[in-house]
Amino acid sequence: MDARTEEFLAYVQDGGQVEATDWMPEEYRQKLVKFIEMHANSELMGVLPEREWILKAPTLQRKLALTAKVQDEVGHAQLIYRVAEDLGKPREAMFADLLSGKAKFHNVFHYPTHTWGDVGVIAWLVDAAAIISQKALLKCSYAPYARIMKKICWEESFHILHGRDVILAMMTGTDAQRELVQEALDRWWGPLMQFHGNPISRDEDPMWIWRIKSQGNEEARQQFLEGYVPQIWELGLTVPDPNLRRTGDGVWEYSEPDWAELKSVVTGHGPRSQERLAFRARFLEQEKWVRDAVLAA
Amino acid sequence: MSARAQLLLSVADDELILGWRDSEWTGIAPTLEEDVAFSSIAQNEIGHARALYELAAVELGTDADALAFDRAPEEYRCAPLVELHLLEWAHTIARRYLYEEADRVRIEALMRSDDAELAGLAAKIDREETYHRLHAEMWAARLRDEPRFRDAVEELWPYAVGMLEPELRPELARRVGKPSNSLLQAHERGEHTPELQELWNEMTEVRRSVPGAQW
Amino acid sequence: MIFEVFRQEKKGQAFAHAGSVEAPDAAFADAWAREQYGRRGESEALWLVPRDSIHAVTEWADEFDLKYRRVDGYSIKTRLKEARERAGTTPP
Repeated sequence: MDARTEEFLAYVQDGGQVEATDWMPEEYRQKLVKFIEMHANSELMGVLPEREWILKAPTLQRKLALTAKVQDEVGHAQLIYRVAEDLGKPREAMFADLLSGKAKFHNVFHYPTHTWGDVGVIAWLVDAAAIISQKALLKCSYAPYARIMKKICWEESFHILHGRDVILAMMTGTDAQRELVQEALDRWWGPLMQFHGNPISRDEDPMWIWRIKSQGNEEARQQFLEGYVPQIWELGLTVPDPNLRRTGDGVWEYSEPDWAELKSVVTGHGPRSQERLAFRARFLEQEKWVRDAVLAA
Repeated sequence: MSARAQLLLSVADDELILGWRDSEWTGIAPTLEEDVAFSSIAQNEIGHARALYELAAVELGTDADALAFDRAPEEYRCAPLVELHLLEWAHTIARRYLYEEADRVRIEALMRSDDAELAGLAAKIDREETYHRLHAEMWAARLRDEPRFRDAVEELWPYAVGMLEPELRPELARRVGKPSNSLLQAHERGEHTPELQELWNEMTEVRRSVPGAQW
Repeated sequence: MIFEVFRQEKKGQAFAHAGSVEAPDAAFADAWAREQYGRRGESEALWLVPRDSIHAVTEWADEFDLKYRRVDGYSIKTRLKEARERAGTTPP
């Protein structure tokens, strides 16, 4: 590592902030773009499992709320892609890499949705898992990214409340509705436990070393369990892991998540990975003429 | 059902079904920035529908959700224009543009109504529609020379005509710069397209799965 | 064209940079930015400025002492003590 890069590393590890026009080591820029790109892709792909339920929402209020939630995810994608673009990667190139499989998106968005129960579980628990990671990014060394995280975190907090409201309406409804929630939770638990990634030590994680992430994977997962398992249990719902328990010193124990499944899914072999990428590709292709007409200044 | 309730349901059903169609673009619009803006338009339309249903619900002794979801397809009073499944941008913008022009003529008539409640709600809707009109005009200007867009406007014009009461149609023609003989062909309100049934099936799927449930 | 978005949250407050949108002209930037930064009624006003219109200032000459222009350039403790003693007004 050359002297300038060493100085930069010490600077960010000491809490220093970096702007778009500052000098940065090539390794930092590359890792940053890759991380930010995956986040943007995840917001973009995350809308697909949810948007079909906009059309099936069972009341006007739920339709408005779900449309607004998905709209927020699109807005987040816009904010995040803009940050990556200002680091030098054009949006079209990021879309191309997403569709070719070269760039990835988070595991949870590769799975199917089957019922209105999924709608509640996703908004309540998947968004909760995401917000924990996003809150940690408020301290990212790259300032333009840290700044947009403020707006993103603020908007995500309504999603979780909306999700919880959807769940509570069903849990205080009929037996059939309660079953929808439990069944959805049973399917989403595995992906949720894999979401924060395998527990590599912070000091071996380049994202922590460069202070792009401000917490390790296991720390994030523990926060999720501490915050949300009590919320799940107090509704009389069960978590499909007999080994899940909180130890005396506040640490949650659980069955080892299926890391092979995580790897397979994020490399494009999830149950809906290819179908959703194809859907995304279809509309990008179909409306390319519009972008040509409207972005030519 | 009174003439007033029939009128309220016509406008509410137009806004609901068009809002439903427009909401389908959430997540897949041509650019991310447009996606966010377009989704707001769809939500506004649902909001207008809800306010109109609430007014009708008082007279009909029911609630807005029941009116929006629990009628049979043939009981809806929407115009064919809003029922068409147009998941293609040139047609979508052409419909937005024509709908806003026709809706403006209709809203202005409602704002002149002696019915204070109806006139007041129409004025509220009109103030929000200002931004829908700006959006539609912005796109129409940008796509003015695009054959796809011009063809779509021609194709949808008879549907737009059918949206309005006959006495309001000449005003619509005047505003979009069409001759009066262009009003001869109209897809009239009252005869639904097969697309409405498909839409209704999807729209009511979850609601029908547990009848009478709270959601 | 990139438009930088400056957002005023409440009347009387300063406009702060909130992000950017890519748009072909001011009309599109207006339609898009107002929804991205105001759909919840969370903004009092927005300023949309083409990125090219922004002239950034980031380099400063920092050669000589500037403290005489600032509060931390003044220490009056000692002299004040002396002046009070002279006037016999030292606090008990």
